[in-house]
Amino acid sequence: MRSTPRQKLGWGIANVVVLVIAAVPVLWLVSLSFKDPSTLTDGSFYPKKWTFENYRGIFDQPLFTHALVNSIGIAIIATVLGVTFGAMAAYAVARLEFGGKQLLIASALLIAMFPPIALVNPMFNLWRQIGLFDTWPGLIIPYMTFSLPLAIYTLSAFFREIPWDLERAAALDGATPLQAFRSVIVPLAAPGIFTTAILVFLYCWSDFVFAISLTSTNNARTVPAAIAFFTGASQFQQPTGSIAAAAVVITIPVAIVVLLFQRRIVAGLTAGAVKG
Amino acid sequence: MRLPFGTPKMGAVAEAGAGVSVGRPRRRMLTERQRAERKLAWMLCAPAVAIMALVAVYPILYAIYLSFLRYDLRFPDDRHWIGFANYTSILSSTGLWWQAFGVTVVITVVSVTIELVLGFAVAFVMHRTLFTRGLVRTAVLIPYGIVTVVAAFSWQYAWTPGTGYLVSWFGNSTSAPLTHQWSAIAIIILAEVWKTTPFMALLLLAGLSLVPDELLRAAKVDGATAWQRFIRVIVPVMKPAILVALLFRTLDAFRIFDNIYILTQGSQNTRSVSILNYDQLFTALNLGVGSAMSVLIFIAVALIAFTFIKGFGAAAPGQDLR
Repeated sequence: MRSTPRQKLGWGIANVVVLVIAAVPVLWLVSLSFKDPSTLTDGSFYPKKWTFENYRGIFDQPLFTHALVNSIGIAIIATVLGVTFGAMAAYAVARLEFGGKQLLIASALLIAMFPPIALVNPMFNLWRQIGLFDTWPGLIIPYMTFSLPLAIYTLSAFFREIPWDLERAAALDGATPLQAFRSVIVPLAAPGIFTTAILVFLYCWSDFVFAISLTSTNNARTVPAAIAFFTGASQFQQPTGSIAAAAVVITIPVAIVVLLFQRRIVAGLTAGAVKG
Repeated sequence: MRLPFGTPKMGAVAEAGAGVSVGRPRRRMLTERQRAERKLAWMLCAPAVAIMALVAVYPILYAIYLSFLRYDLRFPDDRHWIGFANYTSILSSTGLWWQAFGVTVVITVVSVTIELVLGFAVAFVMHRTLFTRGLVRTAVLIPYGIVTVVAAFSWQYAWTPGTGYLVSWFGNSTSAPLTHQWSAIAIIILAEVWKTTPFMALLLLAGLSLVPDELLRAAKVDGATAWQRFIRVIVPVMKPAILVALLFRTLDAFRIFDNIYILTQGSQNTRSVSILNYDQLFTALNLGVGSAMSVLIFIAVALIAFTFIKGFGAAAPGQDLR
């Protein structure tokens, strides 16, 4: 439907409103992180006195640097494992016929629905008994588990769209099964797998419930949990600046992923929700 | 934590396996083929099934078991079977549980309602925007992708007297909205709505793109107003997408934890059931009562899902949407 100039203006204004509302809380944190400690409580949206002190401060603290390494390592390992096992199961769900498929899907749904807080307590007990408490595997395992339903659902949606007949066509043209798989199926499946990996990574990156419950030291504490334990340079100082700086640092990877892959993320989120 | 998946694959199951059997081989061969297929399928699923069983199903059963015990870590030796006593003490007391349950229901209903309205608005904006669609999409994905704890800190500081810009715009010098129950709940809802409206909007946008333009044009020619076109044409066509979006957001909102933990720590009676559960487990160290609460939360979540799927006819994951 065509729009009149007035309607166009209206939609343009609506656009700006959406952009501003989405951006302001993030810009506010950026602003706080650059504020000089003396101006932190001036209530102004913009820093009146700029400083890098907050960033220098957090990168001097092992509490933060260890947490950053933990966050990156744990999220990447959990994503790789979750997507690998999820892709295998999704291939079976999308392409093969087997008894128990409905059961598999139902139990994946059950796990996705289960309140994570309810799993934290038995896991906390179990992890302490078997020595997984406050270790990388202690967080990787629950993240991987909770990524599996996501990976299975999203990937089976993508896999079903792949024209698998091409594999047979390649074989008829003389390609070996491995060649057909490598040069036909892998390139077709890669975008879906990549998209799923982004969604899973974002989930692992932002988890808080498991991170505060299953860790107790720098050993495995991730940044979202570590921020909650930040204290000021002295006990009379609020850690506002450090928290804001740390928050900005862990938002950077999210911003990069969103900027580069927005189309993919949207495709992944809506995969299968509606058939378009 | 967010529900760990965007939207389920509807229909993967219904059509799975189609295109596997080629031509019409003899019956016996088909059986062998089926057997091989089943074996391959189970080999492929084995790691995922093993992980989910060990890491999720076992703790779920263990939590159910604990919920029937008197098990207080302050009195670790006094640990014995007490049947439903934990449940009756939680449900019959007029105290914490019902308070937290009420707060959770208010937060869930209000935020999901606002999200639906705003989600539609944002979906329309994205739908009608041609030139800057990429920009708007990037902008709305920032709240979706950002770490919930980070966003919660942003809201917390914005409303902290002296520090925050929002409190100096909307409040007066003495107000501290996060220290009063209802204003704190309003801020929690604000944080939740900001973070999750994009998810709702993107699902609705996907549904919106399925509404045929001719249908809207025909309705317009017949003299339908914009509102009539929305209610009579757009909503019925989009019903499956709306229900799925509502189902997932409701399930998710009911389990709200991160935002409250950062914004108020549950003070001023702003505890959700998940926060109360966490306090029982890690502050009160009462594993029996805590586990019973976990089971109650799960039952509530399951009831929500059941109501949506059976009552409103939302497509269950694994079913075809249409």
